[in-house]
Amino acid sequence: MMKNEILQDIRSNKLVLTAAVVLALLMATAAIGPLLVHYDPLAMDLDSLRQPPSGSHLLGTDSKGRDILSRIVHGSRVSLAVGITASLFSLTIGTFAGLLAGYFGGRINMVLSQVFDVFLAFPSLLLAIGISAVMPPGLLSAMLAITIVSWAGFARLVRGLTLSLKEQTYVEASRAIGATTGRILFRHILPNALPLLLVAGSLRVGGFILLEAALSFLGLGVQPPTPTWGSMISLNRMYINSAPWMVIFPGLAISITVISFNILGDFLRDKLDPRMQV
Amino acid sequence: MLVYIAKRILLFVPTLLGITLITFLLMQALPGDPVQGMAGERANPETLARIRAELGADRPLPLQYLGYLKLLAQGELGRSYYTNRKVADDLLQKFPNTLKLALTAVLFASMGGIFLGTLSAVKRGTAWDKVASVISVGGISIPVFWLGLTLMLIFALYLRWLPPSGMGNGAFAYLILPAMTLGTYSLAYISRITRSSMIDSMSQPYIATARAKGLSEITVIAKHALKNSLIPIVTIIGLDLGSYLNGAVLTETIFGWDGIGRYALDGIMKRDYPVIMGVVLFGAVVFVAMNLLVDITYRYLDPRVRVSGQEQNP
Repeated sequence: MMKNEILQDIRSNKLVLTAAVVLALLMATAAIGPLLVHYDPLAMDLDSLRQPPSGSHLLGTDSKGRDILSRIVHGSRVSLAVGITASLFSLTIGTFAGLLAGYFGGRINMVLSQVFDVFLAFPSLLLAIGISAVMPPGLLSAMLAITIVSWAGFARLVRGLTLSLKEQTYVEASRAIGATTGRILFRHILPNALPLLLVAGSLRVGGFILLEAALSFLGLGVQPPTPTWGSMISLNRMYINSAPWMVIFPGLAISITVISFNILGDFLRDKLDPRMQV
Repeated sequence: MLVYIAKRILLFVPTLLGITLITFLLMQALPGDPVQGMAGERANPETLARIRAELGADRPLPLQYLGYLKLLAQGELGRSYYTNRKVADDLLQKFPNTLKLALTAVLFASMGGIFLGTLSAVKRGTAWDKVASVISVGGISIPVFWLGLTLMLIFALYLRWLPPSGMGNGAFAYLILPAMTLGTYSLAYISRITRSSMIDSMSQPYIATARAKGLSEITVIAKHALKNSLIPIVTIIGLDLGSYLNGAVLTETIFGWDGIGRYALDGIMKRDYPVIMGVVLFGAVVFVAMNLLVDITYRYLDPRVRVSGQEQNP
């Protein structure tokens, strides 16, 4: 399907359009939002602890008197950075491994498939916990942990695609005229698998943002005082009864972001690959 | 059938080896002395000596890995740095609590998901379908820990219908909020699968026949369409069982549920590495074992799969 047609479809589908607008706003927020917010996300104000939303603090303040809106705006950087980087990393690694396993087959396929299965055998959050627990916690450890737990899913997908694509006549033809393996893999097979890969990648971004939030919530992601959506919830959860806004707003930020990514991912899947429909 | 089971169990071995290799490498990456890391800081000298002998910290890595496997075979997962209790004992003691929570959550997710999915398939294109699709996108997008806190805020703290946390000596009321929290993600997923599977069955000729016979719409839906849509749904429910371990870490933390999830969090908070690695390893083994069990049961229950399986190995 052509790019223009997809753009046109997005415009005619209100839900998808809303999701796209939300995500565009979110990117803009992460890019320039920190310049626009009035308060320093780290500045503690002991005179205004746990203030409910008001004119001066639109979303209220947290248990250390820090402005919640400002912390959410700054926190969007971490969520997006980790979610998008982890998708790109795991998609790239998974694509290489899957191409190798699918194209060469035989023993390489057997060994690699077994490796994929081992990584897929772990419940994802548990493995991510194990990985980030042995590293110094931070942005890098969260990205690495999420990449390590998720590349194998992409690898298995690409392996399957490669297995069917390599039987296509155009691959046979290029082999017959003496094309190198690299050329066949990267000029013929990869471009044909690409739309599906992009769909799979975009479907996972939301999940990765959730995983990052969970790691932050457990104290394993980016460390305080840097604000992240997950840690804002865990640091304030004991005040849920007396000051619920401190927990509600960061959670809304996560939910709205992930819902938007998932709606857009579903839409792209329906457009680009009817076979993957759930 | 027996051949198939034997084959599956044989395939289970390399996966288990792979899992232990990964946890072994993670232990190697730990800051500090891995032997001390496994035994705990307050380990008695005999334990230290035994583990050191098994691991042989100065031997090459492959030999150390064999030593690690030998320890695992003896059920030795190391000891907690803080309580000095055996991690394996703690896990076995806490697992039943997690299991109870997870099974209740599975029940909630399956019933809710099948109902919601059927509703949106039958009322396709109506407002019901829209509501159901919003719930199913929301269910997979809302963070488990935030959902738990929000449910707690509404039903326990504001409305005071249910207790906010704890296990209440096994009273059912204490199970409701944690099970809803843990089950919502799967509920959403099951509802999606049910919807597409039901839409598929509803377009089959036997549905038209059933309607033409004059059966009531309810009978057509429940007895004819749903029954024939169940296979993909049950598969999803089965394959997804292990993922409850992920959610359990977050759900148990929020609701003060004394299972292996909260045990893991305690370990994370205190950097109690034997505890963390014990839960990771245990979780992966349970996950794999459950998939194996589901797979075998499934073969046994569904004659079509059984036949095609036999064709592959005559």
